[in-house]
Amino acid sequence: MSILEVNNIKKKFDNTEVLKDISFSMEKGQTLSIIGSSGSGKTTLLRCLNFLETPDEGTISVNGNLLYDAAVGHGKDADIREKRLHFGMVFQQFNLFPQYTALENVILAPKLEGRGKSAEEIIENGKVLLDKMGLYDRMNNYPHQLSGGQQQRVAIARALALQPDILCFDEPTSALDPELTGEVLKVIKELASQHTTMIIVTHEISFAKDVSDEIIFMDGGVIAEQGTPAQVIDNPANERTRQFLSNYNG
Amino acid sequence: MFTTVTLSLFEGFLGTLKLFALTLLFALPLGLIISFGSMHKSIIVRGPIRFIIWIVRGTPLMLQLLIIFYGPGIFLGTNLWGAGDGGRFTAALVAFVFNYACYFSEIFRGGIQSIPKGQYEAAAVLGLTKTQTFFKIVLLQVVKRIVPPISNEVITLVKDTSLARVIAFYEIIWEGERFIKSAGIIWPLFYTGAFYLIFSGLLTLLFGYIEKKLSYFK
Repeated sequence: MSILEVNNIKKKFDNTEVLKDISFSMEKGQTLSIIGSSGSGKTTLLRCLNFLETPDEGTISVNGNLLYDAAVGHGKDADIREKRLHFGMVFQQFNLFPQYTALENVILAPKLEGRGKSAEEIIENGKVLLDKMGLYDRMNNYPHQLSGGQQQRVAIARALALQPDILCFDEPTSALDPELTGEVLKVIKELASQHTTMIIVTHEISFAKDVSDEIIFMDGGVIAEQGTPAQVIDNPANERTRQFLSNYNG
Repeated sequence: MFTTVTLSLFEGFLGTLKLFALTLLFALPLGLIISFGSMHKSIIVRGPIRFIIWIVRGTPLMLQLLIIFYGPGIFLGTNLWGAGDGGRFTAALVAFVFNYACYFSEIFRGGIQSIPKGQYEAAAVLGLTKTQTFFKIVLLQVVKRIVPPISNEVITLVKDTSLARVIAFYEIIWEGERFIKSAGIIWPLFYTGAFYLIFSGLLTLLFGYIEKKLSYFK
């Protein structure tokens, strides 16, 4: 059974159709990268999964449970919150909470949600996650005292702290200096090797090829091509994919 | 003579302080509520609130004091405020609270709207409720941003309290002026400036301290 199944998702902003009938599925433990030029709809797709945008049509199922059906719409706020927790989200701009330290950022949501864990357990788990991100010695720093790369790694730890089924990345390195990109990609690669289920929207083509089990190339609101990195990146069948990739290889 | 004047001015200043402190106590929370109204999705809520803010900010506080104090008697035929000094104080307080709440609400609105959308989205994907998002994430960031404009308003309020003497509310300028009639001297009136200066100096220090306290994050 697929961990995620997305069927016939459509999304319009005013009169612009950003997503035109998107369907795909992915397996547990896989890394799926979504590539494509700006405006192709890849970020909107990711935001639909997190319910930061509401799809106009289509369904989303996680672990075989129907999470969202546009024909029914969302339930109460509490339902949306519950559904969102299946997905973790790492933003392009990190969006750390500036008034909290790195550790406080990581443990804030788990503490508020409780889920039967003691405060000590939550703090301990937060420290373990930051250690995994190579930030154990920075856990008491505030976001403005950290580099962009470090902030993004805190954001990854924060998303992992809620143990989501699927971790989503929205261009996680686009706001970083080239020197800082590597440290974030390294952490994501590490997560992939531990079989964390991830969807990564990225412009880093060689990284996507390296880390992904599956790649989706989006163009004009549709999935133009989908397959393994060897298929999509090395032997693209679609003319648009070839065009897009030639800008990177050239 | 100097000691006598100082002591009686001090008594007048207590009236000033009372109006100042109670205005702040009520106007700050009321301003927050009004700011929510002025940001409301529905024009039916937002429209009237913004209209009231326009009226309050667009007319002199002195005029508002007069209307609030004399209005009920003239238009409703009832002295809503009760007789004597207590009534004058209540009317003055209502006028000040209303006026300052409207100004504060615009400062709050600016502060709340300046928080990046990403903060709300990050809170949302972490499963925080709207209430948790406001109190745990947004509020302190708003407070940090609005300390300078709020401190401006608060210092203005100290001096604006003197307007209340237009409805014969007893405060320090009133007391200072009394010496012109009773003793034929004008310097006590000028001397009141020292009280305002010292008090607003203390407030400046207080707000500087708060700003420093909140400088641990950006």
